[in-house]
Parts: sequence; C-alpha cells; structure tokens
Amino acid sequence: MELTVLWFILLTVLFTGFFLLEGFDYGVGILLPFLGKNDTERRVIINTVGPVWDGNEVWMITAGGAMFAAFPHVYATLFSGFYLALFLILMALIGRGVAFEFRSKDDNPGWRRTWDWLIFFGSAVPALLWGVAVANLIKGVPIDAKMQYVGTFFDLLSPYTLIGGLAFFLVFTYHGAVYLTLKTEEEMAERARKAAQGTGVLAAIACLILVAMTYGNTDLFASAGAGVSLWGAVVVFVASFGAVYVKRCGLGFILSCATILLTTAAFFWGLFPRLMVSSLNPAWSLTITNSSSSPYTLTIMTIAALALVPVVLVYQGWVYWIFRKRVSVKDLQY
Amino acid sequence: MSELLLARWQFGITSVYHFLFVPMTLGLTIFIAILETMYVRTGNELYKQQTKFWGKLFLINFIMGVVTGIVQEFHFGMNWSEYSRFMGDIFGAPLAMEALTAFYLESTFLGLWIFGWDRLPKALHALSIWMVAFASNLSAFWILVANSFMQSPVGYAINNGRAEMTNFAALLTNPYAWHQFAHVLFSGMVTAGVFVVAISAWQLLRQSYPDFFRTSMKFGLAWAVAGLLLVMGTGHLQAQFMGKAQPMKLAAAEALWETANPAPFGVAAVIDETKKTNPFEIKIPNALSLLMYNSPAGEVKGIKDIEKEYIAKYGPGNYVPPVTPVFWSFRIMIAAGGIMILMLLLAAYFAKKGTLATTPWLLKGLIWMLPLPYIANSTGWFLTETGRQPWIVFGLQRVDQAVSPAVGAGSIWISLIGFTLVYGLLAAAAVYLVQKFAKQGPVDTPLTPVQPITKGATLWN
Repeated sequence: MELTVLWFILLTVLFTGFFLLEGFDYGVGILLPFLGKNDTERRVIINTVGPVWDGNEVWMITAGGAMFAAFPHVYATLFSGFYLALFLILMALIGRGVAFEFRSKDDNPGWRRTWDWLIFFGSAVPALLWGVAVANLIKGVPIDAKMQYVGTFFDLLSPYTLIGGLAFFLVFTYHGAVYLTLKTEEEMAERARKAAQGTGVLAAIACLILVAMTYGNTDLFASAGAGVSLWGAVVVFVASFGAVYVKRCGLGFILSCATILLTTAAFFWGLFPRLMVSSLNPAWSLTITNSSSSPYTLTIMTIAALALVPVVLVYQGWVYWIFRKRVSVKDLQY
Repeated sequence: MSELLLARWQFGITSVYHFLFVPMTLGLTIFIAILETMYVRTGNELYKQQTKFWGKLFLINFIMGVVTGIVQEFHFGMNWSEYSRFMGDIFGAPLAMEALTAFYLESTFLGLWIFGWDRLPKALHALSIWMVAFASNLSAFWILVANSFMQSPVGYAINNGRAEMTNFAALLTNPYAWHQFAHVLFSGMVTAGVFVVAISAWQLLRQSYPDFFRTSMKFGLAWAVAGLLLVMGTGHLQAQFMGKAQPMKLAAAEALWETANPAPFGVAAVIDETKKTNPFEIKIPNALSLLMYNSPAGEVKGIKDIEKEYIAKYGPGNYVPPVTPVFWSFRIMIAAGGIMILMLLLAAYFAKKGTLATTPWLLKGLIWMLPLPYIANSTGWFLTETGRQPWIVFGLQRVDQAVSPAVGAGSIWISLIGFTLVYGLLAAAAVYLVQKFAKQGPVDTPLTPVQPITKGATLWN
C-alpha cells in the first residue's frame, strides 16, 4: 500500500478514536447542567469522565499532530482557513479542561456554577463546530490554486454545514447520555436513559436530514462504500436507540460507538483521496498526493504509529477497566 | 498593526504564558514521584501527606500547562501556515511523536493517579506518577528537538521548495537539542524547588505545621540547589555551543559589535543599535573568551563581521537581531540565577544549623524569591527566540515569509484579545487556588456535604 493511503487511513482512525471517545465526554459535558439537579449529582456526572477525559482529548491532539506530520498542507490550509472556528474550539477546550480540574476545589456555589457552565459550553462548542468542519471538508470550501483558503468565517456556515454541526452535537449528546446510563447508578442511570431517548429522537431526525442533504451538497455517494457506510450509520443508530428503549444500554452504547465509527468512516471514505475539497476548482483540492510529506518522513511516522498506537490502546483500555465500576455517591472523594 | 506583528505578539504571549506552567510540571512531577516512592518504601504517613499536599498544588499548575499547550499545537497552522508548509515534513514528526509517546501516557496515568488512591496497590499508584513524570519530560524533549531544528537545522535537504527530512537520527542527536533539553530539564527542577521552598518559608513564618514544612523545606532546598548547579553548568555549555552554532546570537547577547581577541564580558551597556556601537559599557576584560574557550584568550566574532558573512551567504538584508532586548534578557536571566543560588545556599546553611525556621528575614527573602525562576525561564526563551531573528528557521526561512496569508488582522485581533483575556482570568483563578491550598496546609479539605439524589427528575425538569 502507498504510504500516503496508509496515512489517510491512520488519520481516519485517529479522528474516529477522537469522535468516539471525546464524543461521549462532550455529551456528558453538554448534559451536565440539565441532568445534574444538585451539586452531588453534578459531581457524580463529572466523575464518570474524570479519570479519562484528558486521555480522550489527546486523540484530537494526536490527529492534529499526525496531520501536521503526514499532510502539512492540509494542516496549514485547514487551520489558517478555519481560523476563527478553531479559535472558538480552542477557547472552549481551555475553559473546559480547567473547569474539570478547578470546579470542585472551592465550595462557593457561584464558583461551581461558573465552571459547570464552562464545562457545558466547552463541550457544546467543539461538538457543534467539529461537525461544521467535517461537513465543510467534503462540501468544499474556497481554496485557490496556491492552496490558500480565500473565503471568510461566514462562508463556513451554510444550511448543510450547520445541519452537520447539529447532527454531531445531538449524536454526541445521545452518546454521552448512553454512557451515563452505564456509569451511574439507579435513579441517575434511569434519568440518563430517559435523556438518551429524548435526545435520540432529535439526533435521528438531524441525521436523516444530514444524509438527505449530503446527496445534494456533496459527492459522497459517488463512492458506494461511503454511501453504504453513511446509511449504515443511520440504521445502526436506530438500532442503538431501540436497544436503549428496551433497557439494553450496554448494547445501545456499543451501537452508538458503531454509529460514530461508520459516520466518520463514511465522510473520510467520501473524501478519499482528497482531504479538503476546493469549491472553486476540483483540481485545486488538497489530496493525499499534493499535500503529503516526503516518503522518508511518512516511513518514520508509520513505524512510530504502528508501534505505539496499539500500546496506547492497551493502557487506555486498562484504565477504563480500572474505573469500570459505576460512579456512586459513596465514593465522591474528589 | 500588520498581520505579521500581530501574529508575533500572539505567539509570544501564548508561548510565554504556556511556559510559565511547563517548567514546574517538569520538575515537580519528579519531586512528587520521589516523595511517593519514599512513602511506599518506608510506609511513613508524613511522606504520603507531603505527596498529597504538593500533588494538589501540582495539579492546578499542570492543567494550566495542558490547556495552554493545546493552543501551541494548532498555532503553527493557524498563524504560520507558510512555515507549516515549508517545515511540516520535519517539524510535524516530533510533534506527532510527542502526542504518541508522551501526551497519551501523561494524561492517562495522571487520571489514574488522581482517582486511583483507593483503587490501586501503593506501588502501582506510585508508578503512575513516575509515568507522568517520565512522559512530561519526554514531551519536553520532543518539542525541543523541533525547536532545535529551527535554531540549528540538521538532517534535511531542500526539495520541492520545502525542507524535507533526510535523517531522523540526526534530528534526535542534534547537539543543540541535547544542550537545550538539559538546560530546560534542570530549570524545571529549579522552578519546582523554589516553589516548594517559597511556600514552605511562608508556612514556617506563619508557624503552622512546622514539622511538616521543615521537611518540605529540606527537600525543596536540596531539589532547588541541585537544579541550580546543574542549570548553571548546562547553561555554560549551552553558551559555548551557541558560540559555534549561532555566533550572531552570542554576539547580540554580548552586544559585541566588533570582533575581539581576547573578548571582554559586558556587565552592562548603553546600546546604540543604529550606529552599531555601545556609547557606554562596563566590561570585565578577557571574561567572554574565558567563558567561551575556558582560556583567557580566543577570538569572539562581532556582529558587524558576522553580518558581512551573512550578506555574502544569504544575500542583501538585515541579519542583526534586536540587540538591546537580547543583551538584557541574557543578563536578567543570569542575575536571577545568581540571586537564587546565593539565597538558597544561605538558606541551606541556616537550615543545616537548625535556625532557618527562626530567621524571619531569610524566610521572607525566600518567599520573595518565587518570581525569580519564572523571570529566568521567560528571559531565557526570549534570548533564544529573539536572538534568532530575522530567521524563523535559521538560514532557511525568515519570520516574514512564514506568516499565514489567509488570516487577516481582524481575525488575529479577535484571537489575540480573546486568548489574553481568558489567560488572564484563568491565571487569577489558578493563583487564587494555589494560595488557598498553600495556606490551608496538609489537611484534607472537608468534603462538601452530599445531597440526596432527586427522585423522578428528567432532562427537562
């Protein structure tokens, strides 16, 4: 296999890992102010992701670093082009990370309320904007012959990309709610399950609109694999919803993970071999060929990634195993 | 203001801010790991208390380093897209390696350490903080490998209009990187050590938990003194190496306009950058030659001669960095280090005599010493980065060629103001928490009372 193809796949894997893991983190953060009716409940909710959110966020950092190393032109065009959107994501993540660490370190209710809302916005903004960003990648943005983004921030916001943002936001919220049914006890778990049902309906509607609009706005369905994968995501999502409805929440969570996996795969599959589509001229799109690093660098990075990603998966999985128990009010120590 | 200047301001502000927290993370994780290992080996509860107390303060600092680090990762693409295109083949690799080898390890094991006190066997718990310590210092290594290429490019070729990596091993063994890494690692020890010393001094002055903080003081002094001696030694080697690798930076740091043999060391100078001369200076004869070559004689090239060489090599242009700030940041760094080592040795002497806790003037002095490592860290980077101007990658790309053409001044203003405001607010929150927990001492915070779980609530009510 060409190394550039392998790195396209690895990048897809990293983004999938990011959306899958950080997806429920975001969902939990979005639900926090609404599901947590008092301070104790909010602490329980935060502690369900307490030990793992930072490790999950590293998937995004690694995806960014891998993009820099393997496809530097994409890294350069994407982040300078989507400048203000990325700025908003960064601000959100700064507030969110600090909030997780600081919120329980003082008893003042105003202090805690402030950080709780920062966790909400810090989760909601990136959830929404990553959806907008992914939709823009495949829909196409104004990129000129010199690989420069020549649009404005508002060119990134179209009905299609906003629906993309909304769908990501709602699916992550649902994903987080299902995660909470597995990580909290009794009353809380049941409340999370009800939340999953409510947000699940909205997410399903948003997903259907997104898939329908994908026909008109992108060429994703030109690739049969991508089309099957995207419709598969919708079907699996409905199955996940059904499983949660009949209180098979573990299965529901596995299926919501599969939804995110299939959606991410569909978008990257539809993009291939492009990474960013130019709306001005198809020849100006950034592809795995015209935007990649040298074969030497890709070889070095391939060795590193193939050796290290499995190790990461093992110890991250191990930490999930250590904290596999539901978070109980009794062990609120932090 | 132009896009270039704004982008530089933003990079400067966010990088200096990020590096306020990084050195303490580097030095304090190892310090805490040692404390916890002592607890595991001796079973002495005092060491567990020490671990927990300093651990709490460490976490506040750590998270600030993490979140400001995210900005650093994406900055290059946002504001320096032409740099990213030109350098991605080389610069991206260490950044991706940093994430793969260090960030996952650090974040995963820190989560384990924070929440794992009751779930893990003692030794495994201690091992997890060692993992954090290892990973954060490893991440410093990777980023310094990347930075060192910008200072002193190795293992590359210019192909397809960009710098391409030809020898990864050369990047890893870049002598510049190892000089920098050692200096940064030990400056982390100093920062952590001085922090421990200053807070212990404050508590000893208040006379609360005297036994606890006498122990902290002892460890903190040992850590800081060891760190300072090492930082001075590595700094000396680094300066000698800089003379070879980046003669212009050295000459600017000395405001040495004319080549000299033997070369004097300027203690202070009034610098006229337009006339390229120093109207007034205080010099120690032969001292610079001595520092550079360990011998009283030896030629050190002056700015004017190096400039001529560079014009011959790189074509017409201005290759002289801003001399005044480079000269003074070097001196401020050295002065900060000098004051610290004197104060710390004095404190160590009093501690040995057993009278440190009853010497209020010295304790007060130690408290006021707290800003010094931060000043030294910041001015050190200021020297390193400003001394490289006008280059972003030495000899290969100038800063003005590196900035993003797609990003307008309006966008940078928004992000510059946004980052600055948020960083300011977060710093206030962090300082508030650090002083609160430092004051509270080694007692566990009383738990917030548990409220009953609401029955029958849903998402919407």
